[in-house]
Amino acid sequence: MAGLTKQEGLSSPVSVSGLSYAYPAARGGNSRLALNHLSFDVSAGEMFGVLGPNGGGKSTLFKILATLLRPGSGRVRLFGQDTQAARGTRKRMGVVFQNPSLDLRLTCEENLLYQGRLYGLSGRDLARRVDDALGLYRLEDRRRDWAGSLSGGLRRRLELAKGLIHDPDLLLLDEPTVGLDPGARKELWDHLGRIRGSRKITILLTTHLMDEAERCDRLMLLHEGRLTAEGTPEVLKGEIGGDVITLETEQPDTLLAGVRERFQAEAARLGEHVRIERKQGHSFIPQLVEAFPGLIRSVHLSKPTLEDVFIHHTGRGFWNEGAQQESRGT
Amino acid sequence: MRAIAALWSRELLRFFRDRARVVGALAPPVVFWFLIGSGLGNAFKMPGAAAGVDFLQYFFSGTLVLIVLFTSVFATISIIEDRREGFLQAVLVAPITRLSIVLGKVLGAATVGLIQGSFFLVLTPLSGIDLPLQGFLWAATAMALASLGLTGLGFCIAWKMDSTQGFHAVMNLFLIPMWMLSGALFPHSTAPGWLRFVMSANPVSYAVSALQHSFGMGSVALASLPLCLLVLTGFSVATLGACVWLARDQD
Repeated sequence: MAGLTKQEGLSSPVSVSGLSYAYPAARGGNSRLALNHLSFDVSAGEMFGVLGPNGGGKSTLFKILATLLRPGSGRVRLFGQDTQAARGTRKRMGVVFQNPSLDLRLTCEENLLYQGRLYGLSGRDLARRVDDALGLYRLEDRRRDWAGSLSGGLRRRLELAKGLIHDPDLLLLDEPTVGLDPGARKELWDHLGRIRGSRKITILLTTHLMDEAERCDRLMLLHEGRLTAEGTPEVLKGEIGGDVITLETEQPDTLLAGVRERFQAEAARLGEHVRIERKQGHSFIPQLVEAFPGLIRSVHLSKPTLEDVFIHHTGRGFWNEGAQQESRGT
Repeated sequence: MRAIAALWSRELLRFFRDRARVVGALAPPVVFWFLIGSGLGNAFKMPGAAAGVDFLQYFFSGTLVLIVLFTSVFATISIIEDRREGFLQAVLVAPITRLSIVLGKVLGAATVGLIQGSFFLVLTPLSGIDLPLQGFLWAATAMALASLGLTGLGFCIAWKMDSTQGFHAVMNLFLIPMWMLSGALFPHSTAPGWLRFVMSANPVSYAVSALQHSFGMGSVALASLPLCLLVLTGFSVATLGACVWLARDQD
């Protein structure tokens, strides 16, 4: 893919190097570092996910990529151009925000028309695009309804249609399915799949949902403003040695110390649980249960998920339930 | 250009879809004019140079400015709504300059103000004011400039605000006094010296004065018609410049 883009004389859609961003100090407080030396590239045609818990820096990164915030330090290039000189690249970019950007007092059709005009479209070309979009997103029968009268799922769809009306090369999606019910969520993903099938488009999305991250070609984990891991979902999960065993216990510290001492296993405490990464987990469980009689309330064995990847890299639970951080055993 | 036209027409569309706003901006000044004008007109006689001018007629210029002020400035509140409802973020990432955003918004809101003002201008004969075509054109010019300047001022206030309540507070504290001290209610010539100074420094005064000239009441005006129009032009350019500066890219 990289060779192809060079041949075409195109640079990668998103290229970030050494990006840091600090929010200015509030009165009396310290400035808050939201992004810390972030570097990554997204290649053309890829679906790239930025996975992280809320407050991890996703929104800040999104705003910088959307050219709403200036990068603090470091370099952010979109299609080879610095975001400071953003007007040219904005045309090639579609942005769908987490907060809706529809004008609820305009009709669906008008929302698309106005968006198109902001992107320099007009006349028959624009009318055709609006028709196509209303058809593709199955909003045809709501054409003349107020955007405010649409359900949450339909609004998201219209939002997506709006972001794509000018046929961008890069689509930025901020938490695309937040607030949607499972049906609407699935439908939105079906639409994204269809878009990717019908044209060459690069998609960058932020999410805190594991199942959404699973669907990306490549992922980066963003935690406290740092890139903690990067790779395809399979590679990331493969980094974990084998299976994940989770032990529920009333004395996590005792159990953790015991596991480390007796088995030299990679183990960590997460709240009331002790979490062990181990090859051949199923054969390890009987040894564990025999070794600590009465200490283990329940045992859970699973293949590694992206959540495990996150815990593996940060030593804490994704949802922050295990606030007590434990140093990792060997 | 296309983007400016799009944002401009959106303002108009939204305004005329909202009947309450159309009535809300037009009715109160008309009621003010009639009630306050009738009441004050009989209580006080216009002194000095203003003698021979009926207070209802005198107050007409001020009322017109009040309509323009209300409509234009309230139209800029939509910036706060756009920001809160999220529409603005999509505009900010569009491939258009901030100047286009400012112009689209300000011209849209100013046009709304001008249209509302023109509705009232049609009532001129009812007040007994004689309005020849020339006067009408001057009045329309003055209103257009005043709309532009006041909208620009409203934009500057609204841009950094995130609540419409805050905007109303500023409106009451700042914009209403500007109107009161514009010669809308009482003429410049009869005010005490310090107040006369404040009135001369107030750009809204020149809108009222320009209208007074248009209505054949030049004797009560603060300055000559060309000077009034010049000041209004300067005011509009200055506030628009401030808007563009405030809304500059990636703040």
